[in-house]
Amino acid sequence: MIFLNDQGVTFTHWGHFMGTNPIIRTLEIGLIIGFLAHIVQGLLLWRANHAARPVKYGVAKKPAGTWYSRSMGLLGTLLLLFLILHTVHFWIPNRANQFIHGEELPLYQMMFEIFSNPWIVLIYVVGCISLFWHLLHGFASAFQSLGLNHQKYNGIISFVGIAFSVIVPLIFSLMPIAIYFEWIN
Amino acid sequence: MKITLKVWRQKNRDSKGAFKTYQVDHASPDMSFLEMIDVLNTDLIKKGEESIAFDHDCREGICGMCSMYINGHPHGPLQTTTCQLHMRSFKDGETITVEPWRAKAFPVVKDLVVDRSAFDRIQQAGGYVSVNTGGVPDANEIPIPKIVADEAFDAAACIGCGACVAACKNASAMLFVGAKVSQLALLPQGKPERKQRAERMVAQMDAEGFGSCTNTGACEAECPKGISVTNIARLNREYLGAMLTSYQVEVGGGE
Repeated sequence: MIFLNDQGVTFTHWGHFMGTNPIIRTLEIGLIIGFLAHIVQGLLLWRANHAARPVKYGVAKKPAGTWYSRSMGLLGTLLLLFLILHTVHFWIPNRANQFIHGEELPLYQMMFEIFSNPWIVLIYVVGCISLFWHLLHGFASAFQSLGLNHQKYNGIISFVGIAFSVIVPLIFSLMPIAIYFEWIN
Repeated sequence: MKITLKVWRQKNRDSKGAFKTYQVDHASPDMSFLEMIDVLNTDLIKKGEESIAFDHDCREGICGMCSMYINGHPHGPLQTTTCQLHMRSFKDGETITVEPWRAKAFPVVKDLVVDRSAFDRIQQAGGYVSVNTGGVPDANEIPIPKIVADEAFDAAACIGCGACVAACKNASAMLFVGAKVSQLALLPQGKPERKQRAERMVAQMDAEGFGSCTNTGACEAECPKGISVTNIARLNREYLGAMLTSYQVEVGGGE
C-alpha cells in the first residue's frame, strides 16, 4: 500500500483497521501463539535430532539435497532476530501506546525515520532473504510431513510454494528499500 | 592400485575408537571394496595383527549386511551397496576413509560393525501381516492394480541396510519405516492391520532413539535400492490417520 505513493493515506487507513479490528486482533494472538509453538517445537526437534547422532563422522561430504533444507535452524534464528527487531521498531511501541494512551502511532512517518538508516534496511533485507529460503523448504516440506502431498498435486504444491516464497519476501523487502532510496516520498 | 586406507578401529562397544592408517599396495580395480578389505585383513593376520571387523553376507547387493561409511557417503561414492562397489571407482593412490554408521540407535559393536537390531525390533513391532491357518487362497482371488503392485514392490525392495539413517543429518529411520509400512499398506493383505502397524512401528522407531525427518532428501539419494521419499509421506499419512481413528489407545514402544 505504501507503493501507491499517496502520502500514506491508504496505508494508515488499513493500518488502523489491522490495529483495531477485533477479528484481526484475535488472529494476531493466534499468530503469536503459533510463532512461539513453531519456535519451541523447532528447538526441541533440533535438540532431539542432534542427540540422535552423538558421535559425528570424521569425513563429512556435502550430502544430496539443498543447503537451505538442512539450515532451517540457522535461517529460523536469522528470522527470529529480524522479527524481534521489527516488532521493537513498530508493533510493540504501537500496541503499547494504544494500551496506555488509547492512540495509534504514526506508523507511516515512523517507517521513513527508521528506514533512513542503511544498516536497518540491510538487516530487514537479510531477514526477508532468510524468509525466502525458510519458506522455499518449509512450504513443500509441510505437505510432506503431513502426508498431504500426492503425485497429482505435487506440481501445484511446488509451484504455489515457490511463488509464495518469492512474492511475500520480495514485497516485504521492497518496503524498506523503496523508502531508503526515496522511490516513495 | 595403491590405496591408503584410514579405518575406524574400536575394540568394543564401550572403548574409545580411533582412525588407523593402512597401506594396500596390490589392489585390483576389479575387486569389490569388501574383497580389498579381505586382502588387507589377510595381510594383517599374517603380521599377527587383529583383522578389521566388518559386516558382510551375500555380497550380491541384496542382503543389506555390508555397511561402511566411505569417504563421507554410506556405501561409498556410488548409489549401491559396499559389496557392489568396485575399486575402479577410486583413483590410484587415493586415501579412503572408512567409518561405521553413526547413530545413537546403531551403537558400534567393533571396528566397522554396528548393531542394527533396532531395525529388527521396529519390524517386529508391526511390519508383518498376521496369517491365520486355513486353505491357501487362489493367487488371483484378490485383484490388485498393476500400478499399486509396482509401488508396493518398489517399497519392498528395501533391504534394511541402514544407509538412510547413516546419510540423514538427523539419523532418522523414516525412509526405512516408510518403506516397510508402505509395502503392506498398499496391498489388500496388509490393510486390516495398517493402523496398528503404523502406530506401533513409529512408537518403536521413536523408542530406539532415531532422529526425526526434516525432509532434506539425503536418504533417498544414498539408498542403494532407490527407495523414494514418497514412502515417508505415505508413512506420515498412515500414522496421522491411525492416530485420529485407530481403536488402539495404548501405544507401547521400547522393550
